[in-house]
Amino acid sequence: MRRRVDLGTVSLNLTLGVLALLCLALLILPTAVVILVSFTSGFSLRFPPPGYSLRWYVGLLDAWQLQLAALNSFKVATWTTFLSVLLGVAAALGIARSRLLAANLLDSLFMSPLILPGLAFGLSALIFFSMIGWQVSVLTLVIGHTIVCVPFVMRTTIATLVQLDPVLLESSASLGASRWYTFRRVILPLIGSGILAGAFLAFMSSFDNIPVSLFLRNASTEMLPIRMWQDLESLLDVRIAAVSGVLVFTTLVLMIIMERIAGLSKRMQ
Amino acid sequence: MKRVIYDIGYDLKLALPLAGFFLVFFITPLLMLIFVSLHTDIEMKQFGLDQFRKFLSDPYSLSVLGQTLLIGAETTALCLLLGFPLAWLFIRSPSWLRGVLILIILLPLLTSVVVRTFAWIVILGRLGIVNSALMTLGLIDTPLRLLYSEGGLVIALAQVHLPLMVLPIIAALSRIDPNLADASAALGAGAWRTFLRITVPLTLAGIIAGCLLTYCMSLTAFITQTLIGGGQMMLMPGYIYQQVAAAQNWPFAAAISVIFLVTVLAAVTVFNLLGRLAQGVEHG
Repeated sequence: MRRRVDLGTVSLNLTLGVLALLCLALLILPTAVVILVSFTSGFSLRFPPPGYSLRWYVGLLDAWQLQLAALNSFKVATWTTFLSVLLGVAAALGIARSRLLAANLLDSLFMSPLILPGLAFGLSALIFFSMIGWQVSVLTLVIGHTIVCVPFVMRTTIATLVQLDPVLLESSASLGASRWYTFRRVILPLIGSGILAGAFLAFMSSFDNIPVSLFLRNASTEMLPIRMWQDLESLLDVRIAAVSGVLVFTTLVLMIIMERIAGLSKRMQ
Repeated sequence: MKRVIYDIGYDLKLALPLAGFFLVFFITPLLMLIFVSLHTDIEMKQFGLDQFRKFLSDPYSLSVLGQTLLIGAETTALCLLLGFPLAWLFIRSPSWLRGVLILIILLPLLTSVVVRTFAWIVILGRLGIVNSALMTLGLIDTPLRLLYSEGGLVIALAQVHLPLMVLPIIAALSRIDPNLADASAALGAGAWRTFLRITVPLTLAGIIAGCLLTYCMSLTAFITQTLIGGGQMMLMPGYIYQQVAAAQNWPFAAAISVIFLVTVLAAVTVFNLLGRLAQGVEHG
């Protein structure tokens, strides 16, 4: 068939193409700016930087408050991910293929923290813990974070479970495999990448959480994003640019690894 | 008894631990939030609807709510305007380019919100990129106030939430049968007509899903709102935080939270209804 090139096609492609490029620029620019500024040799966040150096990265080596906050965030994110996977995968297995109304309702309930204002839940959790007399601690942080991070594990795990071919399970059962054996040797390997992608998203989301942490932390559980946020509000510290640089590089590397082993981008659509 | 082997057959009971966890640490706290909001005084001795009355009769509080909803709508519109074309470009790209594009789309989503917002401070600040460029070009003499302005906030919020708009639209676009566009062209429809009458209606469900996510997320984006909007531009999450941290007024903070939760739930319901209508369009 002969392709007709007319004014309509050209103008449509041009309009959408220009907007798409604008969108790409908008997505890339801010990150690029942060990276460039983090290598500045000056004392301000001026762009373009007067010169380039690694001084602010070197400065991070003795920024013990930031290091402590990063360690706390890492600890909380690790426990949160563990708990989210444990509870989330079990729930996903129960819900994924059930056609009961209860399964639908539970699914909506478990997904709701994704949409609801985190700050409102953070305040609720603060009220709850103070009413039952629990001191804020790593434990309360992990509990709060798990509520808002479990939806990521549920979503990716359910997505892989739904695609699972029932014939495989049927064959496994007809060959005499027990349910547990089938789970370990057939289901788990097939949904493993979904769980992994969900765990990764849960970890990143916990590491970056502010609204819930804001109300559930105390002086000894300083969290990295909150520390950064407060530093930015009070003084425009260039060290924050270096922390940002470290975070962006780490995220990028982890993301590429996850894309390779768990097909991350497919699981997020 | 015959065993059901055509299904995974896992019992819904497996969801019980998480259901219990949610009951104790999610539903109970939310009920307590409502309980606290129903007190008239800070000491929480008297019951009454005073906090809600106070919010709903106070022009300032209502303007905070209105401003929050408006900025959310503006952000969503901007995300759609830029996000749809990117999704469209993604679908038409060869697979190597898709790999690069998906990295560019996902990276902001996974990068810390503080980092992404911080970038906008560098760009929009008094000595930021925009101001220095405009001054170098001689277009302005004194730096513009971009950082604590509505326009700056909408752009920053849009950038932070763009991936949430692009991903569902990519999913929706990839489900469209390419023959439909050819058929439309063969029947004599122009490119714009095909785009507006075939492509857009068939991606409506994805568009609505993207709008739901970007709208709800920009309403509740506390960090971006406080850092870019600043103290002058009060929005709902900042209002809640201010009432807890500065005013120590738990009942009023709880009431604001309840009103905010109800508002977001209402928005979700509206989007879901629209989504159902859109599916009717796709299948009808």
